[in-house]
Amino acid sequence: MTNSISEISGAATILAIGTNTTQAHPVLALQVKKAARNGANLIVANPKDIDLCRHATIHLQQRPGTDVALLMGMIRVIVDEGLTDKDFVKTRCEGYDELIASLVDFDLDSVEKITSVPKEEIARAARLYATNGPASILYCMGITQHSHGTDNVWAISNLALLTGNLGKASAGVNPLRGQNNVQGSCDMGCLPDVYTGYQKVENPDCRKKFEAAWGVSLSPKQGLTHSEIFDQIHDGTIKSLYLIGENPVLSEANASHAIEAMEHMDFLVVQDIFLTETAKMADVVLPAATFAEKNGTFTNTERRIQRVRQAIPQVGEAKADWQIVCEMAKRLGAKGFDFNEPEEIMAEIASLTPSYAGIGYPALEKSGIQWPCPEPGHPGTPMLHVGKFPTVSGKARLMPLSFRDSVELPDAEYPLLLTTDRSLFHYHTGSMTRRVAGLEQLDSEEFLKINPKDAAELGLGDREMVQITSRRGQTTVKTKLTRICPPGLVSMTFHFAESPTNVLTSSALDPVAKIPETKVCAVRVEKV
Amino acid sequence: MSSVTITIDGIKISAEEGMTVLQAAQANGLYIPNLCNHPDLRPAGLCRVCVVKQDDWKITISCKLPVKEGMVISTEDPAVQQIRKNTVELLIANHPMTCLTCEADSKCELQRVAHYVGITPDSINRYRRSVRSIPLDTSNPFFDIDHNKCIMCGICVRTCDELQNINAIDYAQRGVASLISTLGNKPIAESRCESCGECVVRCPVAALATKKSLQPMREVRSICSYCGVGCGIHLGVRGDKIVGVRGDQENPVNRGSLCVKGRFGYRFINHPERLTTPLVKKDGVLVEASWDEALDRIVEKFSEHKGEKFAALASARITNEDNYLIQKFTRAVMGTNNIDHCARL
Ligand code: SF4
Ligand code: SF4
Ligand code: SF4
Repeated sequence: MTNSISEISGAATILAIGTNTTQAHPVLALQVKKAARNGANLIVANPKDIDLCRHATIHLQQRPGTDVALLMGMIRVIVDEGLTDKDFVKTRCEGYDELIASLVDFDLDSVEKITSVPKEEIARAARLYATNGPASILYCMGITQHSHGTDNVWAISNLALLTGNLGKASAGVNPLRGQNNVQGSCDMGCLPDVYTGYQKVENPDCRKKFEAAWGVSLSPKQGLTHSEIFDQIHDGTIKSLYLIGENPVLSEANASHAIEAMEHMDFLVVQDIFLTETAKMADVVLPAATFAEKNGTFTNTERRIQRVRQAIPQVGEAKADWQIVCEMAKRLGAKGFDFNEPEEIMAEIASLTPSYAGIGYPALEKSGIQWPCPEPGHPGTPMLHVGKFPTVSGKARLMPLSFRDSVELPDAEYPLLLTTDRSLFHYHTGSMTRRVAGLEQLDSEEFLKINPKDAAELGLGDREMVQITSRRGQTTVKTKLTRICPPGLVSMTFHFAESPTNVLTSSALDPVAKIPETKVCAVRVEKV
Repeated sequence: MSSVTITIDGIKISAEEGMTVLQAAQANGLYIPNLCNHPDLRPAGLCRVCVVKQDDWKITISCKLPVKEGMVISTEDPAVQQIRKNTVELLIANHPMTCLTCEADSKCELQRVAHYVGITPDSINRYRRSVRSIPLDTSNPFFDIDHNKCIMCGICVRTCDELQNINAIDYAQRGVASLISTLGNKPIAESRCESCGECVVRCPVAALATKKSLQPMREVRSICSYCGVGCGIHLGVRGDKIVGVRGDQENPVNRGSLCVKGRFGYRFINHPERLTTPLVKKDGVLVEASWDEALDRIVEKFSEHKGEKFAALASARITNEDNYLIQKFTRAVMGTNNIDHCARL
């Protein structure tokens, strides 16, 4: 997030796009609802009639996968009606002319046709957003899990930049990170192209710095992304996989591909707190400690680094992940893994990572610190991009865009669009929440959410067992008739091993971010 | 905002303009008995326990009385005492007398108020009616509703409305029959309730109470391990087990609020299915092994597969320190940048 969670309630307008906030980020959603209650305009852009719509001023119900068109349509209105923040665009942005040129394709008639949102609604939303600042944009997986997810994010950034909604309180572009420490694991360099703090492995200066610190020579070659790793396991190039706290059997798009890969691989190590569906396939399973059994830090969606503290002894022979890695490294004869406490590891992180340079446990004691925190004593940075952007020119780039449809669209054979979402009561593949009896009682099985009209056409009743088939796989599940899904759209979560949704989803990748398109795939639904 | 000076029971205190007398008293550490007031909610003026005498002439409720320069307040005027006592006596007239086994014992606001106004066995008997016998609503897996203990303070209704904006519960019926109810008086589990428990933690009595809760022996400050909001929590510990979670009021992210997963989703930690030893596959079956055996097996294979034959997938659920070491291990020991995690999913 460019801005902080506590700023949301101060926004005059909030655009929540591709986020089912009350389900996926419930406590943050309190801020959104508070703002709406205090009179802020809330624009919800979501193909489904989600709970947040109850609090919305406008609900833009775009066809899934058409966010670029919707956002560029709004931008077109803002530009045509002279509602841009001209000062901000002039002093802080570049690429305005190119962006304007790319707007020709986004006249509201075309946009209405692509998105199926009435053009009056698009214009009204655009005017509300542009003329009632500060305006904050919140987005989540509904924006990124598409084959054109990177374009979606550019479109959002264009909208915020043109209206001067960056670098000021209660505004900003605010991606809501899903899992508790996604932000932190990216910051820590658990990515194939960067070390900690997004320092590029291909940059010789960065590499030299890490080589010196770690006393080894490092590969200058970018590594493989998540889905590429499974491809290379599949074709036999990768022989050993070390998998920590992940359950790709359920979470991986086009899961059958990942399962097949792991079945045939030479050596699979899984480190987790439970014997997950994936761990059952491993050659060695290592018992890890939960967050309640270790010290450390998590970094939340607003970049706040916060202390996790050990509350109970480690269960059985389980060990903290960092302890296991140290042990493994030492047995492989490596140096630089003699840590006694996570605090010592943080000291090394701070010494190598400019944005974490001022972080140490004593400073985090009270209420954590939001990075960048460039030196000890620095209070952290609740708001990014004040006065300047972290680019070479100091200006932000406006991006010309064109609309591309999703890779897989409904056709005669697979006439419905399937999209995935989350339940308030479960988390990811359910390995934790499904073991909490009460949560399981509140929400114990997967349902295919389907509009009553579609159900009637297929002759389906409520809670009826159906078979759902995509080009990649099939699963069975009960129906839940609901108007939350518009006709033509069906929806499932992916929390339940009994009905593994991700055997259906598409692994078509965004060319830049390499995120699979789990938000859109074509399916067929039949009675069993 | 300008400040004003008022006098409560002869004590001069300063308060901010816009505060109520009750808020001013509380801000200065002075107790005025009250039941339906909650610092997170707008004053409701329902219970009438917070009565005071203003400027020696008017009896009024302090939770709705804005402070004014020079105001003189008495909380101990005989008329005030009389009204307050009567109100409390009526409130406890049909309240169950099961304090010792009650979930709210020792933190119950009704006990505190009754004690303060000086309830005696005589005064209890004066209005005593039989305890209501409305069946418990036990439909929610995490908390029960006992209408017989409810004092109709409305804190739960206002919490669900003003703070949560969920509006799962409301007041139903009138007079002695009145109670807190879901739409259509259905069990709470069938309502739109999201089980956040925010009403439960604010209920001044045990009309809303957590099921099977053990009091912690100590608490440890930490962060919720579910979603990216990163709410601050206090883990309640008893022996070597986590027995409860409480929102951290001081945490700038959530200011004490939690959702159902954060507040009630902790039982996975001490779950009997936790992995407690390493497992190694022998003849196609995973069997328990020692750390030495498991690590030896790993070292043997990993040494063969250094470089491009190796990949690691780290996790968005573990700590920064864990993740840092995993990428360091992959790069510095295994010699490859084949490291990613599930950020994209
Ligand atoms: S638990 Fe939460 S949602 Fe349910 S009634 Fe209480 S405040 Fe409302
Ligand atoms: S249930 Fe508790 S909070 Fe709600 S009205 Fe009754 S006593 Fe008050
Ligand atoms: S309490 Fe709920 S909203 Fe807060 S971090 Fe945990 S899961 Fe997220």
